[in-house]
Amino acid sequence: MKKQILAFAAVASLALSACGGTAPAATGDPTEGATSPGATSAPAQDVTLRWWHNSNTGEGKDYYDKVAADFEAANPGVTVEVSAMQHEDMVTKLEAAWQSGDVPEIYMERGGGELKDKVNAGLVKDISEPSAETIAKLGGNVAGWQIDGKTYGLPFSLGVVGFWYNKDLFTKAGITEAPETWTDMFAAFDKLRAAGIEPISVGAGDKWPAAHYWYYFALRACPSDVLDKAVTSLDFSDQCFITAGEQLEKVVKAQPFNAGFLTTPAQAGPTSASGLLATGKVAMELAGHWEPGVMQGLTEDNLGLGDATGWFAFPQFDGQKGDPTSALGGGDAWAVPEKAPEQAVDFINYLLSDEIQKGFAELDMGLPTNPSASQYVADPALADLLKVRDNAARVQLYFDTAFGTAIGGAMNDAIALMFAGQASPQDIVNATQEAADAEK
Amino acid sequence: MAIEVIAFTAPALALFAMFVVWPMLKAIQFSLFKWKGFGPLVDFVGLKNYVSVLSNDVFIGALGHNLFIVVASIAIQLPLGIAIALLLNRKMRFQGILRTVVFVPYVLAEVIAGVVWFQLLQPKYGVIDSVLAAIGIQGPAQGFLGTPEYALWTVMVVLTWKYLGLAIILFLAGLQSVPQELDEAAQIDGASWWQTQWHITIPLLGPTLRTWAFLSMVGSLQLFDMVWILTKGGPANATTTMATFLINEGTKRSNYGIAGAASVILFVIALTMALLYQRFILRRDNESTDPKKARR
Repeated sequence: MKKQILAFAAVASLALSACGGTAPAATGDPTEGATSPGATSAPAQDVTLRWWHNSNTGEGKDYYDKVAADFEAANPGVTVEVSAMQHEDMVTKLEAAWQSGDVPEIYMERGGGELKDKVNAGLVKDISEPSAETIAKLGGNVAGWQIDGKTYGLPFSLGVVGFWYNKDLFTKAGITEAPETWTDMFAAFDKLRAAGIEPISVGAGDKWPAAHYWYYFALRACPSDVLDKAVTSLDFSDQCFITAGEQLEKVVKAQPFNAGFLTTPAQAGPTSASGLLATGKVAMELAGHWEPGVMQGLTEDNLGLGDATGWFAFPQFDGQKGDPTSALGGGDAWAVPEKAPEQAVDFINYLLSDEIQKGFAELDMGLPTNPSASQYVADPALADLLKVRDNAARVQLYFDTAFGTAIGGAMNDAIALMFAGQASPQDIVNATQEAADAEK
Repeated sequence: MAIEVIAFTAPALALFAMFVVWPMLKAIQFSLFKWKGFGPLVDFVGLKNYVSVLSNDVFIGALGHNLFIVVASIAIQLPLGIAIALLLNRKMRFQGILRTVVFVPYVLAEVIAGVVWFQLLQPKYGVIDSVLAAIGIQGPAQGFLGTPEYALWTVMVVLTWKYLGLAIILFLAGLQSVPQELDEAAQIDGASWWQTQWHITIPLLGPTLRTWAFLSMVGSLQLFDMVWILTKGGPANATTTMATFLINEGTKRSNYGIAGAASVILFVIALTMALLYQRFILRRDNESTDPKKARR
């Protein structure tokens, strides 16, 4: 679900500036500039803006309805037609909309390779000029939606991936500290198994959760410039990509994963990877910021793991060349099709304003990208994660997103084969390079 | 007369053209382009997509899986279906209930049946592994669906459970057309029940069996839903079918050209097999129902 939100997109790194520095206006008067719904210089002509989003339940839905109504009130002649859809439905509808060419004026864009394809086809509006103020405020967070120095989307939620774990089960197995290195991790596997606990669940049936392991090892193994180069030149010949596969192979050989992981879905139902963690059947799972929310939906009391929820970063390994604070992540942005009226751009600027992002943060609808809103994130787990994100030297967009679906899909398939013991480190690189060459 | 024909068939033809012919033509068009699902069709690549599908190991594997399912469906369901139909055709108590029970899996939506079986087949926590454990058998560590060597056979078992009911109902219907006098005459001549069935009933059931086998074959070639729900074509492509391959290429990888080519290839294979079947196996049945030829 939520991972799918993030699942496409992007160009290079989302190198994030460490907290704050990007936002001179961050703590400014909430009524000034783009933060006011009245900020538009729209002509008097009547326009209808269709806005598709996936906050389709509870407070989040009500909040977005109110946001749309406020914007309408401040902009006479503008009607915002809100469609709040279940996430998968939205993605499917959006795909069909792009095929037919009739795309809503405000849509969710995951950036990266897919955005690049649309930009190359001239379908997405360059908002560098009309959103300059907002872009400055978002700082490095917006990097995943920039192509050749131009900005095509405003990210409103951006998260990172790490290990979510069950503190009670760790205690039961006698693990006192969260693993920092893979040596610690392998020791933890032994302790957990000795206590009769399956260490990790992974939804390899959906492929991307398995692929995240390889991405993360590549992020740890590869220096930043190699990753940047790979994204633009689609060249995967650097030895570090092989190293990533070798590290992953070691993990797979240690067999820490839940029984039947090759067909386990990511987060659908109690026997999914998230469900197994939420119901205490396994000790940990590699997942993004959406995980607590997903787990809550999978338990009867709607609490997920509750107080037992813990989080630690992807462990380090000896000889890695990547930055130890770097993190894998991704996010969702609002974007506007090329043909949309200028009020659509005003509206997305408004959506990223201090005021709207504050409400977004307070309702735990995601991890806000406007630095002024960070302090309002209510959920403690999310607040912790936000610190990790903002302190990361690099937030690497999920590779399947960064490289686009054709290359990412081939990559994920090959990585899933490694989980099944049927692909070598070289096979993953070959499959990826082959798909990349077909794209050139 | 001609006007009436046109008037009555026009709506159907219009729908057929819109929902069958047009998409087919579009699929052929897409298959000749490199297309990501949006924007204009500009990148013409000729037959390149066909070459890449036919040289793709995963697609070739998928074709093999489809053929395996075609053969295994008939080899398993035909004898089982005949046996159960013959049994259910005898006068017995609860006949109606038994027939209903047999038919229930077929009535269930494939998606629902798939989800239920997926849960039953969960390793360790699933009902099937628990039952096996109770009688001292340990299921495979990765589960029946998660072990590449067992996955396709497991899918086959679920498909048999799902579709055996259809075979039985069709065969039962066919049995109604077998004249009872023949049975009685054979019995008077001293034939046993088995001899009667083997020499009289089953041969007379021929047209029904051949029609069922045809439906089974076409369905097996296009198999998608059950596989998608149970395994998504995994683990390690062990259960990929041509249909899951093309959906994966299209919706997961946005290679709509490749998906288009795969769909055309699937169509050609299914059409060829259907025509051959018509030509060599169903011909007798068609002839016998053709009043002109039947007169001979």
